[in-house]
Amino acid sequence: MAPKPTSPPATAVNPLQTLWKVYNDNTPHRLKFIDAFLFFLMLSGIIQFAYCILVSNYPYNAFLSGFSSTVGQFVLVASLRSQVNPQNKDEFKDVSPERAFADFAIGSIVLHFFVYNFLG
Amino acid sequence: MSTAYPLPTGLSPATVNNTASLLRIVALALISGAAIASRLFAVINFESIIHEFDPWFNYRATKVLASKGFYEFWNWFDPTAWYPLGRVVGGTVYPGLMATSGVIYNILHALNLPVDIRNVCVLLAPGFSALTAWATYMFTKEMKDESAGLLAAAFIGIVPGYISRSVAGSYDNEAIAIFLLMFTFFCWIKALKQGSALFGTIAAVFYFYMVAAWGGYVFITNMIPLHALVLMLMGRFSHRLYVGYCSWYVVGTLASMQVPFVGFQPVSTSEHMGALGVFGLLQIVAFTQFVRSHLSSTQFRSLLNVGLFVVGIVGTAAFVGLTVKGTIAPWTGRFYSLWDTGYAKKYIPIIASVSEHQPTAWPAFFMDLQFLIFLFPAGVVMCFLELRDEHLFVIIYAALASYFAGVMVRLMLALTPVVCVASAVALSSLLDTYIDPTEPDVAEEQVPASTDTTTSPAQAVTTTSKKAKKAAAAGPPPASTPLTNLIAATSPVKKGSPPPPKGIFGIDARLVVVLNTLSMLFFFVFHCTWVTSNAYSSPSVVLASQNQDGSQHIIDDFREAYYWLRQNTPETAVVMSWWDYGYQIAGMADRPTLVDNNTWNNTHIATVGKAMSSSEEVAYPILRKHDVDYVLVIFGGLLGYSGDDINKFLWMVRIAQGVWPDEIQEPNYFTPQGEYRVDDRASQTMKESLMYKMSYYRFAELFGGQQATDRVRQQVLPKVGPTLDYLDEAFTSENWIVRIYQVRKEDPLGRDLKSANAFEKGKKRKRSKPQPRRRAVA
Repeated sequence: MAPKPTSPPATAVNPLQTLWKVYNDNTPHRLKFIDAFLFFLMLSGIIQFAYCILVSNYPYNAFLSGFSSTVGQFVLVASLRSQVNPQNKDEFKDVSPERAFADFAIGSIVLHFFVYNFLG
Repeated sequence: MSTAYPLPTGLSPATVNNTASLLRIVALALISGAAIASRLFAVINFESIIHEFDPWFNYRATKVLASKGFYEFWNWFDPTAWYPLGRVVGGTVYPGLMATSGVIYNILHALNLPVDIRNVCVLLAPGFSALTAWATYMFTKEMKDESAGLLAAAFIGIVPGYISRSVAGSYDNEAIAIFLLMFTFFCWIKALKQGSALFGTIAAVFYFYMVAAWGGYVFITNMIPLHALVLMLMGRFSHRLYVGYCSWYVVGTLASMQVPFVGFQPVSTSEHMGALGVFGLLQIVAFTQFVRSHLSSTQFRSLLNVGLFVVGIVGTAAFVGLTVKGTIAPWTGRFYSLWDTGYAKKYIPIIASVSEHQPTAWPAFFMDLQFLIFLFPAGVVMCFLELRDEHLFVIIYAALASYFAGVMVRLMLALTPVVCVASAVALSSLLDTYIDPTEPDVAEEQVPASTDTTTSPAQAVTTTSKKAKKAAAAGPPPASTPLTNLIAATSPVKKGSPPPPKGIFGIDARLVVVLNTLSMLFFFVFHCTWVTSNAYSSPSVVLASQNQDGSQHIIDDFREAYYWLRQNTPETAVVMSWWDYGYQIAGMADRPTLVDNNTWNNTHIATVGKAMSSSEEVAYPILRKHDVDYVLVIFGGLLGYSGDDINKFLWMVRIAQGVWPDEIQEPNYFTPQGEYRVDDRASQTMKESLMYKMSYYRFAELFGGQQATDRVRQQVLPKVGPTLDYLDEAFTSENWIVRIYQVRKEDPLGRDLKSANAFEKGKKRKRSKPQPRRRAVA
């Protein structure tokens, strides 16, 4: 999973700034809100992973369910983001934003059912 | 636009659509009926009984589930299997099959239909084959159109390659797995096409069901990522791919870990790493796309491409590193032997010893798939010609499954669905082309001639073929119905093509091709029915042979012997046999067994192999240490039943040799010339082995002084047969197929049994001469 706000090449400082600016200017508020959630999920995942590496992975199923809950929620939110993004309108002909949200809700419910079942 | 045969006019598009959907529903219902009916040969010819070996365990587990409930089944520890060890069934079984029939059983009972659990188990596979036909219809509909879907459903309904694993009574995991496979693939294609997280989630839920049902779920875990990877490599990344794949992967992976038998495998074994890798790659690619949409500098894009490349390399290196370090388990032997085909024979004889794990011969392909096998490549080529995203899936599936089916007979089952789909696509394109009534545009003088001559045979076409009727109904020239559009879109006929006009003229050219196709389809039906009734509908528990007058003679030795065990031995009597019969003994005789078909402990099997292949003196302590009361061998020498234990004996030797190379050596069982013989030229080790003695004990007496012939090996046995000192013959079935021996207790006087026996015999001979050397049958 590539980190969201930082880009791999460290040499390109200037493009990064332009990216940030373009992003701030061009992104609708709704998508920015989604991105904030994505960022939070990523932080949560990183913290869990770091805890697992630094302390212990002893209840491995608990770690896996917690971590995959964040990862799963992350990709489901990212899916929702690309579905409701006005730029992708021609790609998702069958999926209206409302339908996308319903899909997201169902996907999350199923995911968290399995998460709680696996938590042990 | 002229037509080759007259079409009804004045039909509204709604009528056409309604008729078409009614016809589809009727066709699907008939296909389901045919699929179910063609699987009932074994039930009608013999009886409603579980076949083969593995299904007996599934049946036994289902009985536990039905009588004690799901929770008990989940935590079931079976102390009677693998006798001293026992088996944790809940954690070593794919519970999907049992759960399915348990649910069906409870539903039927809730509806006041008190059906026996055995009948639910016997008829589960035919029922699910109807669902498979429907799932294949849905899948093929995504590939081409409804008519191709119907053809594919009809193919998979009766094709012997699938029937062989799903006749009534074959209560095995594959019975429901193929339906789940096709439905998961359908949901995946739908998710990819629509970019819908809902279908991704449904695909994941059915994937979970598949994981719970069959070990072949690994095929899906690698098929879908491979498809996604190929799409990305072809530059076809789309957000729909991202949505479909990610929603499938996260939900599906977490769900698959709920099955205890799978456990943490999805995050720790090599078989599942492809899916994880593609998941990671998709995140990177999606992020790159996101950045690219905000910046259009080509320089920056190339920089990102470099970054992508580096991340890919690092990711691969991480996987390789983790695999080498051992955090990620390497390929298990079963999967590895698919790539290195000589591996199993060399290192894991137990895998190579199963007949289903041999490579497939050419005739098997024709026998199982008939004319589909040569339509199949044509269908794959047609997928190449169009090459939408979902066609790639069929192409990859076809290539992979063809390879696997070539390596292993058993995997023919995974090939069959894609063969049906691809053949249906090819055949339906052919029919679309040749039933399409529109004539190509040509110079004026040819058109009236062709239409005049074709008015009368047109009736023949419309009556012979249902498809012709549909196409005819769908093609009133002025009305542009969806179907005409569809025909126009899919038909490769070039309408109004430049000067030399190409296309099909007149009804005769159409008729020749269509009738030929129809006759191929008819022959396919006959072939399938014949193969099903003759080759795949025998319940291996009862053996059938034909008498001179054509009547059926049933040899029922297996059940005779198992029921003898069930009724005449104490319930705790441990039975030792080769592992093939473990499940049947547990299922029918209800006695503890030493080893069974779930070959999880190779050493334990090798112990049994050692006991069987060593002399009595060596075997007796092994038998006593394992509390063995009865030893059961299968002997086909009297009847010519070739699947007996003497023919399997070399595998026992090999498996035992793998564990005790000092004590058991395979060459000792051959004659000096290297032949495997059982007559008087047999090697000394062979003659002294427990298996040989148990099989041929008192066999020569059966021939009353004449030459005793083994009908399987076609060898003449020595007049004086082997003697047994440590075992007593307890039961021999009517045709001598099953022979059961009781292990003697230690001599009360502390002598070893051999000298005790000799003493007894010597005394007898002195006292009364005429008394024949005969031991009482217990």
